[in-house]
Amino acid sequence: MKDLSKNASRILTAVALAGFAVFLWLAYKGIALGPYEARIVRLSGIYAIAALSMNLINGFTGQFSLGQAGFMALGAYTTSLLVIPPEAKESLYWVEPINPFVRNLQAPFLVALIAGGLMASFFAFFIGFPVLRLKGDYLAIATLGFSEIIRIFITNLIPITNGPVGLKNIPSTANILWTSLSCAAIVVLLLRLMKTSYGRTFKAIRDDEVAAEAMGISLFKHKLMSFLLSAFIAGISGGLLASVVGAITPAYFRFTLAYEILLIVVLGGQGSITGSVVGAIILSVSKEWLRFLDSGFNLLFFRVPEIAGLRMLVFSLLLMAIILFYRRGLFGSREFSWNSIYRPIAFLINKIRKPKKEAGDDSA
Amino acid sequence: MIALETKGAGMRFGGVVAVDSLDMLLQSGETVALIGPNGAGKTTAFNMITGVYKPTKGDIIFTRDDSSQSIAGKRPDTITALGIARTFQNIRLFSEMSVIDNVLIGMHMHVKSSIFGAILGMPKYRSEEKAMREKAMELLEKVGLASQAGAQASSLPYGEQRRLEIARALATAPSALLLDEPAAGMNPKETLDLTDFIKMIAIEFSLAVLLIEHHMQIVMDISDRIYVLDFGKMIASGTPKEIQSDERVIKAYLGEGADD
Ligand SMILES: Nc1ncnc2c1ncn2[C@@H]1O[C@H](COP(=O)(O)OP(=O)(O)O)[C@@H](O)[C@H]1O
Ligand SMILES: [Mg+2]
Repeated sequence: MKDLSKNASRILTAVALAGFAVFLWLAYKGIALGPYEARIVRLSGIYAIAALSMNLINGFTGQFSLGQAGFMALGAYTTSLLVIPPEAKESLYWVEPINPFVRNLQAPFLVALIAGGLMASFFAFFIGFPVLRLKGDYLAIATLGFSEIIRIFITNLIPITNGPVGLKNIPSTANILWTSLSCAAIVVLLLRLMKTSYGRTFKAIRDDEVAAEAMGISLFKHKLMSFLLSAFIAGISGGLLASVVGAITPAYFRFTLAYEILLIVVLGGQGSITGSVVGAIILSVSKEWLRFLDSGFNLLFFRVPEIAGLRMLVFSLLLMAIILFYRRGLFGSREFSWNSIYRPIAFLINKIRKPKKEAGDDSA
Repeated sequence: MIALETKGAGMRFGGVVAVDSLDMLLQSGETVALIGPNGAGKTTAFNMITGVYKPTKGDIIFTRDDSSQSIAGKRPDTITALGIARTFQNIRLFSEMSVIDNVLIGMHMHVKSSIFGAILGMPKYRSEEKAMREKAMELLEKVGLASQAGAQASSLPYGEQRRLEIARALATAPSALLLDEPAAGMNPKETLDLTDFIKMIAIEFSLAVLLIEHHMQIVMDISDRIYVLDFGKMIASGTPKEIQSDERVIKAYLGEGADD
């Protein structure tokens, strides 16, 4: 049984991408999907970006970071403050009046997204600079702490962030095209990065820090690079998220959000770019599907009452189960290949076609 | 010309004195062996020289192209960039990566393009990558692994993994190469090949080689001089002939079951 040729794989990829482009266009025009389904697709794209950001530092560079929620919050607030019109901002800040400088800040959506990414990177620098010099898992502790501190700051910097009330009326510029194309752009960026000398170096650090250092690689410099880029991508996902959900509060960015993203990364496979995308789609869809858990449901003959948070409980259990029993995730550290679909199908077809010859001839 | 010199370098871990006070010289073009029973402090000496540990006393001087400097306490990557490369007693390849990628990592520190230039595939980066790949293939050909360039590093047989580790060290363009028990776990045939291989690369890359080895056959065959460590102390040094007949060396090895 032969594998698919490189060209066959390329054609399949091209066809799949073209199919997806047509689907996107129809969805954008409101033909293929209703608004509810479109929202799930938009959120999938955003979660995929957030997962890719975490995968870059955790899966590819081997540095356990849990700060994604904090970086997303920075991106979400920065982007939102740049895109909500000044008058709309002013009317939101009823606890304390808005800082006049913040009130007048405006930028087009793309610029606002990038500003959100840069803001996240900026903060990442101040965490990463002291922490990444140390050996050991200090990054996980520092980023988790940072994530909470960011939330506390956002809650208390009322003239800038509007405090616990949060921001509303965020223009929903991030339609299905924005989210999908941003996701595609980040996927391409990371696929390319991993083919460069820098990407190889990140993986070398993940595989063996002592050996990497003996190869003349500055661990600090490269970990910091990966961390800043990861924060940037997380910031972008935060900005997109704000635009899709339309209203954000500090509570939105609790570290349960980071766990959800971690779940996607582990499910898809640490060190697999395509894995993170597939994981994000599975999680976003099943999260909607599991929504009934929070609103009460019938289990055989019993009525399970409304329990807020049951869905998150199920998620936590799922994460634990995956980490305990399914560490390598769907893709391991490999990327999706058509052969992974083709092989089992070809195997089955072979079996069906010549069931009798099987014993004598297995070369085929 | 002196390539590497340790001046009373010592290392203690809490109460354990792993290396007491090491005075060692390595001339350029020379192959020197560091021998001694297990736990004598040989690997610790390598770790001090390559910056894995900061010596708790003494100094280490490295000379390349007529410029000398103290490297004691410098970071490992800095020391490698200056020109000292090493292999590890327990092979430490980037096991998930391909054979050629392992070698390419050794050249990363010379990459001039930024990460953005690399991602965008700028012409400057592309020519750097192309040159690196050519050089990596050349190295793999020299160590006889060219046909395995695409294989996963951990899939290679043991002897080839050792060769790959040496190829990877050579990729950093060193002037001094430190080999920690390169023949460990090899059969006699592989050991013999390795001996010739080390001689060949020492000449080809004009290296000063410092070698930790238990196979006396190799040690006697390729070293110009030998240092003997026992319990962290240098108990003898000299030519292979002198060492072979040294009373203290024989005593240190008694009970160890050394094969010569
Ligand atoms: N990181 C460390 N911490 C504590 N003791 C160490 C450490 N590294 C080596 N040692 C001790 O130093 C001594 C020399 O070890 P080593 O240099 O590995 O010996 P060799 O390579 O000659 O077999 C041993 O007693 C070992 O236990
Ligand atoms: Mg040793």
